[in-house]
Amino acid sequence: MINLEEPKKFRALTEQAHQVAMNMLRPISRKYDSAEHAYPKELDMLAAMIDGLSESGAAEGAGAAGVRRDEKEADKGVKNGSNLASVMSIAEMCWGDVGLLLSMPRQGLGNSAIASVANDEQQEKFAGTWAAMAITEPGTGSDTANIKTTAVKDGDHYVINGEKIYVTSGERADSVVVWATLDKAMGRAAIKSFVVEKGTPGMQVERLEHKLGIRASDTAVITFTDCRVPAENLLGSPDVDVKQGFAGAMATFDNTRPLVAAMAVGCARASLDLTRDLLEQAGVTIDYDRPATVQSAAAAKFLQMESDWEGARLLMMQAAWMADNRQPNSLEASMAKAKAGRVGSDVTLSCVELAGTVGYSEAELLEKWSRDSKILDIFEGTQQIQQLIVARRVLGLSSAELK
Amino acid sequence: MSLTKSLRPGGKHGLASKEARDPIGYAVAALSVVAQSSLIDRLGLRKQAEQAVFTTTRGGFKALGAASRSFARKGSKGADGVRVPAANPTGLFDLTPGEDEQMLVDVVSELATEVVRPAAAEADDACATPTDVLQASLEIGIPTLGVPESLGGISEERSTVAGVLVSEALARGDMGIAVATLASGSVATALSLWGNDQQQQTYLPAFTGDEVPAAALALAEPTVLFDALSPATTARIDGGDLVLDGVKSLVPRGADAELFVVGASLDGVPVLVLVESSADGLRIEADPSMGVRAAALTRLHLDAVRVPAENLLGARDGSTYLECVRLSRLAWCALAVGTGQAVLDYVTPYVKEREAFGEPIAHRQSVAFMVANIAIELQAMRLLTYRAAARAAQGKDFSREVALARKACADKGMQIGLDGVQLLGGHGFVKEHPVERWYRDLRAIGLAEGALLV
Repeated sequence: MINLEEPKKFRALTEQAHQVAMNMLRPISRKYDSAEHAYPKELDMLAAMIDGLSESGAAEGAGAAGVRRDEKEADKGVKNGSNLASVMSIAEMCWGDVGLLLSMPRQGLGNSAIASVANDEQQEKFAGTWAAMAITEPGTGSDTANIKTTAVKDGDHYVINGEKIYVTSGERADSVVVWATLDKAMGRAAIKSFVVEKGTPGMQVERLEHKLGIRASDTAVITFTDCRVPAENLLGSPDVDVKQGFAGAMATFDNTRPLVAAMAVGCARASLDLTRDLLEQAGVTIDYDRPATVQSAAAAKFLQMESDWEGARLLMMQAAWMADNRQPNSLEASMAKAKAGRVGSDVTLSCVELAGTVGYSEAELLEKWSRDSKILDIFEGTQQIQQLIVARRVLGLSSAELK
Repeated sequence: MSLTKSLRPGGKHGLASKEARDPIGYAVAALSVVAQSSLIDRLGLRKQAEQAVFTTTRGGFKALGAASRSFARKGSKGADGVRVPAANPTGLFDLTPGEDEQMLVDVVSELATEVVRPAAAEADDACATPTDVLQASLEIGIPTLGVPESLGGISEERSTVAGVLVSEALARGDMGIAVATLASGSVATALSLWGNDQQQQTYLPAFTGDEVPAAALALAEPTVLFDALSPATTARIDGGDLVLDGVKSLVPRGADAELFVVGASLDGVPVLVLVESSADGLRIEADPSMGVRAAALTRLHLDAVRVPAENLLGARDGSTYLECVRLSRLAWCALAVGTGQAVLDYVTPYVKEREAFGEPIAHRQSVAFMVANIAIELQAMRLLTYRAAARAAQGKDFSREVALARKACADKGMQIGLDGVQLLGGHGFVKEHPVERWYRDLRAIGLAEGALLV
């Protein structure tokens, strides 16, 4: 039965996330935007609370690890599970602050990667770790198949060499999920991900980036020099299966893209909520029944933004719902991220414009959200990469045909 | 049209009223008028001005309303009509249509593919949907979709979602024909939703029988910046009658319609009024438009049209009218989704087959990304529309949701129409391909009010 409302059973969860965002993240939002690279110590207590909620089951499985697909579960009827709970709670938290959400201990994208690819044994071994994600290299961004970092088997270890950039929480996390190739000549099938624990000799955080937005989140450059990691830290299968190709490691993205869409949806809603309020104070109310053409330009713009935003939110929910119901969602995950990414930028930037210097000033958070939103149209696959994926799927073209 | 009138500056021929003609301009314009008439004569194209048959292809052609059957008054005007219950939500987020809904969609989709699409180009040209196509849609019971079971329809609960799915499926075949085939059912749905016992007993049997009358919901008016919530058409009470004055536009199959639901302002409050086509003072004017032509669009002139006061449909406080406006916009959203899907279905194989510079144009990102964006925005339009429909079916407030769906369907729907033509290049501009028709049809979304509801 078609119904696109938030599921009743998640209401308590999202309400809780909203309260946390409002009362814990917002008060320190500007502080850690200004004090880039300072560790938001307030988050430790919050992370402990979230761990508690997860253990009690009150979190509905939401969180970075909520993307794991449990194949064993009995298949009966429509399911609203941890994927949907995750996007909804992450959107709420990012309504609070995207940078702080990304700094949340044990909620890193590396945790999503582990949840997506790890076998049960690894799942257990890395439970409770805070994992960052290291894919991008100085010479390789969107073309992830081209990464140069190598992993060479040596006894019961892999020896990793290479340089990774843009590692979110790279300094603070307990471990880093590193993408490396077993054999450059074998192409994408040879790319595997490894969990490298902090303190492993040869792993070195070189520096932290200064950024446009999400400044509360540390973004590290990490080098690996003859860094030896146990062979069992290779996530998934160590075999180079040319047929399966990239699918193993890339499966992570089907799961993390809806999460990033959720971040954009949350961040944009922060801007919309405040701007609606500011416009009302200025005498502009949004009338949903009158045509936009007979309302003020500001109201008409707001209607367009809200419509785009709602579209992005529903695409995000669709992608997560499909994952919960074990339907392949690669196409829908990319649709959600493409739409949410560009809507996030349009909404946050347009809200600054509507609010004038009030929006531009650091006295308000509108300008901050319009800086934070930009990365969400870039990481975990840029707007253009999402369009490429959607196009290939819709048109039925291979990556060789549609480059 | 006199020569001097047609030479008056501005106002006509798409000229803004600020345009002024200089002496040479007058000379050229005069020449143009003469040339036009002589050309027509030379080619033997001038026909008798009075044509026996009403034509919807020529704007301005006027006729009296269709002779309506006599709708004998039945039932009690004091008693409430039959109402189906709101849909009962499960509380789960779910994108799966119900079993009955899916069956309906399958049947309608087949009709859209086998019957509607093949008839679309000709129907567009003729400004009329062929009788056999209309008949085929009646056979699968489309007009009874929103009518309660106890009144001879098929609706067991509020049918908004089913209505949206059916409208989408039909518009995937053709938007114009979809409007023509859905118009009668929209009036039946309106009677089911808001009619009292007498109105339902009087009118609904015709819609659930074998000879379904053409009928139309008339909300739009031919004014710039039209605001559906403030119709200029008035209804005033005169003794036991309502007297209607005004002009309605975007009235589908107006020349054939036997029953209209007309939006009018009664003491400053918008209301719906049932008007039978035989009423004195009612005139139909052909109003062929840019698109949706198969719906045989007309204007409805109401010149002191008198109907019994009991023909007021639903509440007098504006609430029924407002709900009607929202449900009508929702129907148009569904049409946009269907036609948008038609565009995507059509351009997908085209760009893979069409070659330029030695390879399929689909291999170029500028082309492929356009297709990707059509797919992305189309799915967003669909989800927005479904959400509004599901809320309406559940009896929840859906004013915000329908507004957001409409905005997306108007803006992105038009972009899809535009890109559909662009992707075919010159081939998109000629009538050999349907994309130019979809371009014209999709322009209706966002400005259309009335004609349909779900």
